[in-house]
Amino acid sequence: MKLIKIYEKTGSFAENKDIARDIRVKEILPCLDENEVLLDFEKVESATQSFIHALISDIIRKKGINILDRLYFKNCNDTVKKIISIVTEYMQQQD
Amino acid sequence: MKVFLPNSVWIGNIDLFLKNIDNTNEEILEISSHENWVSVHPVVLCMVTALGLKMRGKNKKISFEIMQATSKHYFERMGLFRFLNLDSEMKINEHEPAGRFIPIQLIKNSEQLDKFITDMIPLLHFDQEKVEPIRYIISELVRNVFEHAGSTEGAIVCAQYYKKSNTIRIGVADAGVGIKNTLDRLYNPKDDIEALSLALTPGITGTTKKVGGSATNAGAGLFFIKSLAKVNRDFFMIYSGKGMYKLLKNPKNKEVKLVADPLKDHCSYGGNYPYWTGTVVGIDLCLDEHANFSELLDLIRQFYRKERKSKNKEKYKKPRFI
Repeated sequence: MKLIKIYEKTGSFAENKDIARDIRVKEILPCLDENEVLLDFEKVESATQSFIHALISDIIRKKGINILDRLYFKNCNDTVKKIISIVTEYMQQQD
Repeated sequence: MKVFLPNSVWIGNIDLFLKNIDNTNEEILEISSHENWVSVHPVVLCMVTALGLKMRGKNKKISFEIMQATSKHYFERMGLFRFLNLDSEMKINEHEPAGRFIPIQLIKNSEQLDKFITDMIPLLHFDQEKVEPIRYIISELVRNVFEHAGSTEGAIVCAQYYKKSNTIRIGVADAGVGIKNTLDRLYNPKDDIEALSLALTPGITGTTKKVGGSATNAGAGLFFIKSLAKVNRDFFMIYSGKGMYKLLKNPKNKEVKLVADPLKDHCSYGGNYPYWTGTVVGIDLCLDEHANFSELLDLIRQFYRKERKSKNKEKYKKPRFI
């Protein structure tokens, strides 16, 4: 399982979408076909919806919602959990 | 162009200030002000700065009537004259802004935004729970400018804390292409009010019509921010082109429900304001009545869940037995 520590890249407030895109493109996507991925939000106090969207929405779109069986979120506080839940919620709306 | 800074401008009464902006002559920006006292929402400072920087960028003239009002030092301290390279004829001892205000800032890129969030927001000396919505709002609004405004000048931001009302007021302005131009390609809104309404509707983004948005845009940022003001029963305004939308304070006896159509909120709007090239957003956050940010996220999640269910239901065909 690949571990990605978000705090090391974003600091305590995860809002930079460029960083989110880099994590998604360079670290998560290349791994997911072979491996499970663990996103560790330890020490991240808050995140924006835009950041979480840029981090995971395209993965859900490309791989399907069942990819959440192989993409784990660890050490999320309530705020981060809720924002991740919102993004996964609207990504399951049908076209 | 002529801008007059009147005695008092807050989001609640900003309509008149906006209507009095005279943009007939684009060769010169004339700034004048009330002679006794001028007290304005930070969004007004952002707007004047955006206009001034735009004029400076085009090598046009700025004519500035020296302020007489006893509150003139506030404008000096917020950095208005320095930004516009105007001689205010004032010399003040600058006090540490900690806990009171964020002077006018020009943010042009992601690195500057990161630095701003790291360096400036802690100056407000609020605890984590109160800082959370403030940095959220600033981050989302400034990133909107980077991604959609097409502005070379960047985003102009400032904020002020008002102790008496325990309220933080935030303004963000740009002199970019404006919301209607951003949405024209995909949605072709008929006027600025329709464009503002679309921009505040969750799921509408200028980058794609796909449900769920593009890889980097979901069309949810402004909806989140307006919802924050709504849940908190505070003012929010957005002005672009000839359109201005204002979320009014939600009555205290009325249950807060998030709705997709912003025109169904308790609001006022109009499409005959002087044309603003770009976008302006102002918001108030009363900190003592501050609804928990986490509760807002619950409401937003419920909203999306309900939307998902109703959309899925719309597409679900039942057999008709006759």
